[in-house]
Amino acid sequence: MRTLFFLLRKEFLQIFRDKLILRVIFVMPIIQLIVLPNAANFEMKNISLSVVDRDHSEYSRKLINKFTSSGYFRLTDVSSTYEKALESIEKDKADLIIEIPQGFERDLIRENQSKMMISANAINGQTSGLAVSYSNAIIKDFNNDIRVEWIQQPRLNPFPVIEITSSNWFNPKMNYKYFIVPGVLALLVTLVGFLLTSLNIVKEKEMGTIEQLNVSPIKKYQFILGKLIPFWILGLVVLTIGSMVSLIFYGIFPSGSFFLIYLFAAIYLIALLGFGLLTSTFAETQQQAMFISYFFMMTFILLGGLFAPIENMPDWARYLTYINPVSYFIDVMRMIILKGSGMADLLKHFGIISLFAVVFNVTAILHYKKTI
Amino acid sequence: MKAVVLENIVKTYKTKKSTVTAVDDVSFSVEEGELFGLIGPDGAGKTSIFRILTTLLLADKGSAKVLGLDVVDDYKKIRDIVGYMPGKFSLYTDLTVEENLEFFATIFNTTIKENYDLVADIYKQLEPFKTRRAGKLSGGMKQKLALSCALIHKPKILFLDEPTTGVDPVSRKEFWEMLKRLKAQGISILVSTPYMDEAKLCDRIALIQNGKIMKIDTPQNIVNQFGKNLYAVHSEKMFNLLNDLRDYKKTESCYAFGENHHLSMKDEEYNLDEIKSYLEEKGHRRATIKKIDPGIEDCFMQLMKK
Repeated sequence: MRTLFFLLRKEFLQIFRDKLILRVIFVMPIIQLIVLPNAANFEMKNISLSVVDRDHSEYSRKLINKFTSSGYFRLTDVSSTYEKALESIEKDKADLIIEIPQGFERDLIRENQSKMMISANAINGQTSGLAVSYSNAIIKDFNNDIRVEWIQQPRLNPFPVIEITSSNWFNPKMNYKYFIVPGVLALLVTLVGFLLTSLNIVKEKEMGTIEQLNVSPIKKYQFILGKLIPFWILGLVVLTIGSMVSLIFYGIFPSGSFFLIYLFAAIYLIALLGFGLLTSTFAETQQQAMFISYFFMMTFILLGGLFAPIENMPDWARYLTYINPVSYFIDVMRMIILKGSGMADLLKHFGIISLFAVVFNVTAILHYKKTI
Repeated sequence: MKAVVLENIVKTYKTKKSTVTAVDDVSFSVEEGELFGLIGPDGAGKTSIFRILTTLLLADKGSAKVLGLDVVDDYKKIRDIVGYMPGKFSLYTDLTVEENLEFFATIFNTTIKENYDLVADIYKQLEPFKTRRAGKLSGGMKQKLALSCALIHKPKILFLDEPTTGVDPVSRKEFWEMLKRLKAQGISILVSTPYMDEAKLCDRIALIQNGKIMKIDTPQNIVNQFGKNLYAVHSEKMFNLLNDLRDYKKTESCYAFGENHHLSMKDEEYNLDEIKSYLEEKGHRRATIKKIDPGIEDCFMQLMKK
């Protein structure tokens, strides 16, 4: 116990002496939480719209008005032909072209149907996908409007219309920040827990100090605990700073309990620290450790559902997320913060992350040797 | 009881392409209270022997004992009683001199105060810099700190792996004086060095080359066993001189040694005047030949040839 205390004291002495790392630990969550959610906004606004109106009728004007007043589109170009409109896409002035053919209104009234064309610039697949789906919604809306308009003076038997309205649960205003902030928070805790641990242990190897420690009565468990406890504490500190930032800047207060978040983070950090330890047993230099950690971090994050929803992934990728501890943490953060989930809802998550903690640590400890 | 006993130790390192035998059937022993030197060039297997003795490395074959404790079975006990100073400076560069010493004292369950008298000699020189970070010390200071850290738990035996490599001549001399004082306090010391001039400061030495021990004896005995006259030869054209001397039919060996070439002759009759005239024939003017006493390095070269 006494030895462990001295090891911890040495570790904290070193952490607090490394001013750069220390600053990064404290400044990183603040900056990332302020910048990332504001920049990475998936709601599309101001999609540049190019219009080719060859009908110039009341209906075509009405449709164009509906587009421009939706708030998603900004009319940047009006062309007389489709070819000219295409030029504006080539010059990156427009993201979407709607072409209304001649006789649009006439066909619509006479034949009860008409055609029009939407062309989207698909270089950015996400923008074009959203632009097309917004357009579809607007056109559908327009279609409903004119049909209701045609049924004049409803008689005894009104035209049956089923209107679909939706309300968004847990995030009523569909505020993207509510979705991304808990995820970024999870990411930051992961970074501290995983990256710093593996780097720190490898540093002892690289400096040769581990050789000195190995020829001493320090026990394996004391050395490992001496390395893991400081970063476990730092991880929770980062979580606390991050939670305060999200409360102050975004007004995000967990609907569920803070205690549950910390309890999960505590177990999650044990799992990640174990993984960091495992990484460090393979790496000989900090450069190697950095590279291995970076590889896993990227994979974990991209497959963790922070940006791309896991539900959208192909089956094989979904199976991969089952063995990704980060995805569970992001999920739990969102469930507790947005949904207010309680222990009963999170039992599965707690069980799995505890399993991760046991597997990673046991493997790491077995693999760590006090010899060279 | 002997301080260190090695019996037929073999250690090989396997890579995909080849197997390197770093320690090849090495046996020797160190008496208690002895200052024993492992002398050999880089790559001779010195560090591997140290790591086996400090329980960091397992030997492939053979057995080793430190103060009667087996390096495999009693490794935990050994770690309590040995002081080890690895070849590479391996203290915490981001901790101060004092913090380093205190840390190594505490992990051995002791304090600086308790064993201060043991390190006092060395640590006194460091004390003016005790709040300086270890990384910012000079090479010699670093070695002194490392020695202090290895000593602070009052070890019964010290393992020093090339403690003076990369240290200036003055600090080297001081360092060896410290070792002598430690020896006087009854601590057994096993030290390795690539510097032959340090060999004569040891009680006994083992000359080691390519993982094999060539000779174990006191430095004086080793020198006495050279058994030949040795000459220092000098002329104006040193490079040609070396080749010409090696070409001479009665030459056994000739090596460049600083400003002279050390020459030893075959057992048959030879004559210094004969050599001189041979050299003059080869165009060496003002060549001098002087008889000298052989050093450890000459013995090493001779043994290497065998």
